[in-house]
Amino acid sequence: MDSTTIIGLGSMMMAGLTMAIGSIAPALAEGRAVSRALQSIAQQPDEADILSRILFVGLAMIESIAIYCFVISIILIFVNPFWDKMSAGG
Amino acid sequence: MQISPDTTVIWSWGVVNLNLTIVFTWAVMGLIVFCAWLATRGLKVHPPLSRWQNIFEAVVTLMRNHIREIIGPDIQRYLPFLGTLFLFISVSNLLIVIPEYRPPTGSLSTTAALALCVFFAVPFYSITGHGVWGYLRHYIQPSPLMLPMHILGDFTRTLTLAVRLFGSIMSESMIAGALLAIIPFFLPVVMKMFGLLIGQIQAYIFAVLAAIYIASAAGSHRAHRQT
Repeated sequence: MDSTTIIGLGSMMMAGLTMAIGSIAPALAEGRAVSRALQSIAQQPDEADILSRILFVGLAMIESIAIYCFVISIILIFVNPFWDKMSAGG
Repeated sequence: MQISPDTTVIWSWGVVNLNLTIVFTWAVMGLIVFCAWLATRGLKVHPPLSRWQNIFEAVVTLMRNHIREIIGPDIQRYLPFLGTLFLFISVSNLLIVIPEYRPPTGSLSTTAALALCVFFAVPFYSITGHGVWGYLRHYIQPSPLMLPMHILGDFTRTLTLAVRLFGSIMSESMIAGALLAIIPFFLPVVMKMFGLLIGQIQAYIFAVLAAIYIASAAGSHRAHRQT
């Protein structure tokens, strides 16, 4: 197996694994956050505005972790620096 | 598959490259300015109001309410900056209903520029409001031990602002392109509607996060007293 194949295989596998493993924790965290926010809104419907605003901001914070994973896998697939080096070097 | 509209260069002269990002950014800015000109042409106090004045008043009132809840009663200082951020991101995400349009927020250069604006706006508002000492004091606010965390947080939150907006918009257009090959005609429509929702939520989150960062540097003691 030459090094181009190894780099391609490793990049593809790690891109998939990054998305698969990296989205577990944000998914669990977002589920917890939404369920607690819904409970709070059900208990205090008057505070729904401020609760939903804090919920959105918190969800954005949590989701940024998943987006980091996504950007890393996109970099691995489309603009892989090692791949460019291999194809430039021959 | 193209990741960002940066790579599509439509006109080049020497070192000057005119890519799709710049073209669509100027198109969005021109559209916003044109609509604002239409709306403020014949402002009236008494009804019947024109349609344009109605919709712009609704948007501006919404933004003023949010700024008052997050930062405080000094709305007019923050409304131009935060409102412009929200309107630009919102309109550029909304226009994806037009065919052949690539949202400029799906390019890392645009989102990095917007995040840098927030990065510099935070000390600007704090220094003009409380002086240099008042700005520097928030770095040691709970205790001087938190100084490295505050400095680190300044840079990481700029990075997250840029990458979050870029990742959401870029992933939406890429997923729509990938699903086009699996189930054409039906699934892209659903994903486009989902993308409209995501775009508006991201615009809202960007503006609210910028407001929260400005409020946190403008002195948390003042924000707490008023809420």
